[in-house]
Amino acid sequence: MNLVLISLILLLGFSSYYFGRKKATIIQSSQRLTALPKFYGYYLAIWCAAPALIIFSLWSVFEPTIVKNFILADYLDQNLTKNELQLIYTKVKALALGTYTGDINNFLDNSAGKYIQIKNMANNAKIVIVLAALILSLSYAYQSIKKNNRMREPVEIFLKWVLFTASLAAVLVTIGIVFSLLFEAIRFFQSVRIFDFIFGTHWYPAKTFVRDGQPDPELMKDAFGAVPLFAGTFFIAFIAMCVAIPVGLLSGIYLAEYATRKVRKYAKPIIEILAGIPTVVYGFFAALTVGPFVKEIGNSLGLEVSSESALAAGAVMGVMIIPFISSLSDDVISAVPQNLRDGSYAMGATKSETIKKVIFPAALPGIVGSILLAVSRAVGETMIVVMASGLAANLTANPLESTSTITAQIVVILIGDQQFGDPKTQAAFALGISLFVVTLFLNVIALTVVKKYREKYE
Amino acid sequence: MNEAKRKLLNKRYRAEANFKLFGQIAIGLALLFLAVFMYKIFSKGYTAFQKTWIVTEVHYDKELMLIETDNPSLEDLENADYYDIAYKSMTRLDPSLPEEDDRQLIQMVAFTYEQEVKNHLLKNPSLLGKIVPIRLTASDDLDQVHKGNYPRDIPEEDRRVNDYQLKIYDMLNERGDILSKFNLSFFTNPDSREAELAGIASSFMGTVFSILVCLAFSFPIAVLAAIYLEEFAPKNKFTDFIEVNINNLAAVPSIVFGLLGLGVLLAVFNLPRSTPLVGGITLSLMTLPTIIIAARASLKAVPPSIREAALAMGASNMQTTMHHTVPLSMPGTLSGTIIGLAQALGETAPLILIGMVAFVNTIPGTPVDPAASLPVQIYIWSESAERGFVEKVSACIMVLLGFLILMNLAAQIIRHKFERKWN
Repeated sequence: MNLVLISLILLLGFSSYYFGRKKATIIQSSQRLTALPKFYGYYLAIWCAAPALIIFSLWSVFEPTIVKNFILADYLDQNLTKNELQLIYTKVKALALGTYTGDINNFLDNSAGKYIQIKNMANNAKIVIVLAALILSLSYAYQSIKKNNRMREPVEIFLKWVLFTASLAAVLVTIGIVFSLLFEAIRFFQSVRIFDFIFGTHWYPAKTFVRDGQPDPELMKDAFGAVPLFAGTFFIAFIAMCVAIPVGLLSGIYLAEYATRKVRKYAKPIIEILAGIPTVVYGFFAALTVGPFVKEIGNSLGLEVSSESALAAGAVMGVMIIPFISSLSDDVISAVPQNLRDGSYAMGATKSETIKKVIFPAALPGIVGSILLAVSRAVGETMIVVMASGLAANLTANPLESTSTITAQIVVILIGDQQFGDPKTQAAFALGISLFVVTLFLNVIALTVVKKYREKYE
Repeated sequence: MNEAKRKLLNKRYRAEANFKLFGQIAIGLALLFLAVFMYKIFSKGYTAFQKTWIVTEVHYDKELMLIETDNPSLEDLENADYYDIAYKSMTRLDPSLPEEDDRQLIQMVAFTYEQEVKNHLLKNPSLLGKIVPIRLTASDDLDQVHKGNYPRDIPEEDRRVNDYQLKIYDMLNERGDILSKFNLSFFTNPDSREAELAGIASSFMGTVFSILVCLAFSFPIAVLAAIYLEEFAPKNKFTDFIEVNINNLAAVPSIVFGLLGLGVLLAVFNLPRSTPLVGGITLSLMTLPTIIIAARASLKAVPPSIREAALAMGASNMQTTMHHTVPLSMPGTLSGTIIGLAQALGETAPLILIGMVAFVNTIPGTPVDPAASLPVQIYIWSESAERGFVEKVSACIMVLLGFLILMNLAAQIIRHKFERKWN
């Protein structure tokens, strides 16, 4: 039904384009046109389709809520909770669609009848109103074409608004992220104190699972302490950085200062392949090859190593991050002005002394920025940890034991069927917002530092 | 030059050589990681492209198949009973085996063997009543034995294939009745719980649909947004805010987009769970900033002289942009888009959160059918313990990497072939 209506609107829109262009050529025979004929067509097409489509989408957004309120108005005197009302509404809808399989009472039956009636009415009203709007705006536009008003400006202003709306999309996504995370997280903090979440040292959400009914508040208090996750996240990121910073930075320096043009041309893209490999592939590699390898080496040294160790996950994550650091620091070092190098050489310094004493300090802000971006990347990395570092949230500083991270726990909680309204599900959103805040903080600092640095040498 | 000075100089030169060496070691390490990685994946995975078959004979016996008419139609064949003849085709391999141990033989082929016997007849109905050779899919464990992935010299109780089965296997192998052929079913089968039957068709279609949805949503919006920000936006606080926003969005962890998809697309808009539609929209939110940044960079690279020439000829701002700047910037925008899509192609975590991790054993035909995607398939299979799935995962990784390489190549070609160099 909706599809037919949309196609009708679009069809009318297209045909009014040709109609408008035709009309322009007729006008042309008696008076001078104010714009190219195609703008007459655009003008008519926009006025034909845009208002109708806007009304259509607004209607489609608000209709379900309004219908729901109508139906549930009959149940308001029964003193039901929000969840019960929702359940009744789902039943009514299922009954009306003929997919309901359960006890039917008179009340439900009446509501379903009413639902069908309202739905039909709303549908008819929608068609009438949308088509009326279309005819009204079309006739207005036609009058304006007949009077040979200026045609190009309104079309271009409309286009500009379309462009502007598109650029709001990025803002909308950010708002969507913040609100969807906040909404669930606030509900989570109604059942678990924010203090217990940030400072608690036991993470064991499975404990709160209770069949039917509310979980014990005492259990809740002790089950959602996120300290082990925060610690695990930064611990694994730290291990990753121990691998990525030396290798990445040294290769960046080598590529920028020592490598011949040919080596640079081939080595740089090959190293960047490491950043293009999907993380799930790294996860598989870490779990299947690196984990057992670390365990074997540890065992031969007489150490107790878990097969899902933080070390394996961190090391593989470090390899993944190498190109972020090497490419960015390569760019940053190459941007250091040549006269700094020349000055240092003139004083008799060797190349490595120049790099260590002159270029590195000059490039330091940019390098720090690239490292911060890499840390934010490591903190947000999910699949490697899920697959290679285990899912038990141990509070440990031993790289040979398994630990868990914020991202891994989000996946553990939300894999399979989730129930909204369950504190476990909400906990994932609370973790999500802490992850978002941490990475946002790192990114903002890194981007500002890098930007400041670029301005300095440009 | 005195002794002390020479010593100092030598020390400095040594330090120089060492520093250079460190740099070379670092590059070498990075390349080594890549090489080891590729070697491991390929050496584990290439066997998955081979499939093992067991050749045996089947007697399409009308009596055992419970066919009563003399000239059975296709429909009769469709409804006939194949259990007995399929069972006999396996026990025929070793008639001396007591009946209570027949499971040992049956376990050597995939559990769909009855279906395979049936399909063979439905393809050639003239075989009815005859004794013909037939090849049946070997079980996952036998497949691994044949490929040499299972050690045979360990005690029987540690092995998944027992001594008796190995004896039969050796006998068949000597007769040449174990075939190894290109594994077409890996590409045409949907996912399965049995490693020997599992294929990537369902997850591949899921990936194709989600990438198409992602492209349809992100490309138009991103290009329009980039045009506005680069060509029309006034320089004020609000546009600065949008710009900062886009840069930050590009660095938000992908799993957060998964939470967004779950909390908004599924919970508020009630879109169908586990479908490429939702997956694609979620991925498009992620690729949006990448494409905007690429499109803006390539719009910026169009020299002002082009704009000035168009404006001087009397074109409006909008005409200048749409007729000249945007077409000239398209190669850069397109290659940026392909790179953004390649990133989206490898994403796993957000898709898991919106439920694309469900077991799907049908091939999805539309974007609103439940599906997995290639990276999620890698995750699902790698959680499975059987050795047969390890090679499947590696093979799936090879397919995925193949696609990534193709997409990046395409981006390179577009950039080098069509991009105009100014100056």
